[in-house]
Amino acid sequence: MTVEGASRTGHAARALIYLVLLLFALFYLLPFGIMVINSLKPLSEITGGNMMALPRTWTLEPWRAAWSTAQIGVSPTGLAPYFWNSIKMAVPAVALSTIFGAVNGYVLTKWRFRGDTLIFGLMLFSCFIPFQIVLIPMARSLGILGLAGTTPGLVLVHFVYGIGFTTLYFRNYYAAFPTELVRAAMIDGAGFFRIFWRILLPSSGPIIAVSVIWQITNIWNDFLFGTSFADFDSQPVTVALNNLVNSSTGVKEYNVHFAGAIYAALPTLLVYVVAGRYFVRGLMSGSVKG
Amino acid sequence: MGFLSIDNVTKSYGAVRVLHGVDIEVEEGEFLVLVGPSGCGKSTLLNMIAGLEEISSGEIRIRDRVMNGVHPSRRNIAMVFQSYALYPNMSVAKNITFGLEMHGTPKDQREAALARVAGMLQIENLLDRKPAALSGGQRQRVAMGRALVRDPDVFLFDEPLSNLDAKLRVDMRTEIKKLHARLGTTIVYVTHDQIEAMTLSTRIAVMSGGHIQQLGTPRQIYDDPANIFVAAFMGSPSMNLLPARLHVSGQGAVAEIADAEGAPLRLPVRGNFAGWDGRAVVLGIRPEALTDPGGADRAARDVVALRNRIDVTEPAGADTFVTTTLAGRDVIGRLRADAEVRAGQIADLAVNMDKAVLFDPETELRIG
Repeated sequence: MTVEGASRTGHAARALIYLVLLLFALFYLLPFGIMVINSLKPLSEITGGNMMALPRTWTLEPWRAAWSTAQIGVSPTGLAPYFWNSIKMAVPAVALSTIFGAVNGYVLTKWRFRGDTLIFGLMLFSCFIPFQIVLIPMARSLGILGLAGTTPGLVLVHFVYGIGFTTLYFRNYYAAFPTELVRAAMIDGAGFFRIFWRILLPSSGPIIAVSVIWQITNIWNDFLFGTSFADFDSQPVTVALNNLVNSSTGVKEYNVHFAGAIYAALPTLLVYVVAGRYFVRGLMSGSVKG
Repeated sequence: MGFLSIDNVTKSYGAVRVLHGVDIEVEEGEFLVLVGPSGCGKSTLLNMIAGLEEISSGEIRIRDRVMNGVHPSRRNIAMVFQSYALYPNMSVAKNITFGLEMHGTPKDQREAALARVAGMLQIENLLDRKPAALSGGQRQRVAMGRALVRDPDVFLFDEPLSNLDAKLRVDMRTEIKKLHARLGTTIVYVTHDQIEAMTLSTRIAVMSGGHIQQLGTPRQIYDDPANIFVAAFMGSPSMNLLPARLHVSGQGAVAEIADAEGAPLRLPVRGNFAGWDGRAVVLGIRPEALTDPGGADRAARDVVALRNRIDVTEPAGADTFVTTTLAGRDVIGRLRADAEVRAGQIADLAVNMDKAVLFDPETELRIG
């Protein structure tokens, strides 16, 4: 085969690859596309027509309704207060679990002690405990602590549940971090936290991104803990969305439901778009070197 | 009482003992090199001096202060690591002054110290850079700067040159030697490279299997090795070790070996060999003692001529190394570069027996 012929097949193969990729991209975008389209229609166009069609009259009314006036359970508050509940729950829980994971990883790799692998094994074990198993013991614990039905209670649950994962991430990342740097800092006179703060943490960007993204996704999207441990005034947005969709009074406002679902998914979507490449990079750096 | 005393120090990990009762007294201003193959315990010993590893038993003292259990930062030592261990997130200037900052030195003093060290190592133009933007040699300089700035009692070097390419390594070796000559600070230096050990040190401790095999000046170690391990480890190419039989008579002692054809070759040896008549020994001859007749040391007392087949020649520029057979073993000789030898030919050779050494084949210890 001539060189020219080879390059022509190369172009053909490339075109085919892009075509297949495009089809898959469309396929995966379809559900989200339908949600967006239908959230911008009046309800009559959905009930009386084609879900796939573009809106004939464009409207932002469903978005406004889902945010501030829709019936959630018994009160017409919209998703807004629950959205804030989710933020008040997710931000401290993500921050705490990431910080503790980082310190754990630091201790487990750079301040080894007798039985450290056993401790790490047990922490790793917590990654594999199904959510359902801990519901009743956790409910009891929250009751004893006086945190039942509160946002701090949910923060505690997610924080404790997240430590296993974040410890795993940071331990594997710091295992590849040169121990000689820690020793050099010890000789330079830096103490436990100073070494962590000045030497390790500034080099931990990729793994912090991994930990934060992972934790935000899990905590924001959690439904089971939210529905089990929260009261009406502390429910996260996922539970509120369920209540919105399942409201038994009146007609089903599908366009409002679609808009509400997008609201609930927006923060995790945003995090992936903004920090997704750090996520992949961080996972790679941990796995390849560790 | 030495400046740095290592007194019957041992190290065990569980039931495994990796250092067996090490004793070294280092005087102020000495350059002590710990040399040995990997796993011999030299880095462990250095880390124990630094305080990075605990001492299982025995005592380490610096300036008569017992260091057991003292935190590394309070021993007034500085260490240069094999990987340089520069803090990747800090500039060169920050790297060098970090230790001073941790010890609470005021900013103006830190800057004065930085300027002094940067000038000494000629790294003034690198101070704002991050370590990632430096070459290997520059990183090495910064790592030394970080150690120098502290003005410590003892410098500890852990194989500092092993990550550099061959040419740079030789340059840095000279610089370290100059630095030691200028500052006169006590240095303990770990390496597996016997040439570094020979060139840098005022004294060498050859280590193997967690024991000090021999402690002495480079010349003592090279010319008077205490055992077969030291003899074979120090020197490149390494010493030729040949099975021989010793004959002692009124005229002196003779070691008898077989040449390539199996004919006996009688080599005179000097020393006190009482009780060794007729016994098997190991004869050690350095490559430079087996040479072309014109290259033999004219001041030597005992030079034995021999004719032997040359199996391999390796011209190295300054010298030509040849391989020939003696006593059924390959032996290496070091000839002058312009010596007329070719592989496969019989050549005239000369053996300088002045510096030949003998060992007991059983205990591997030096005799005579």
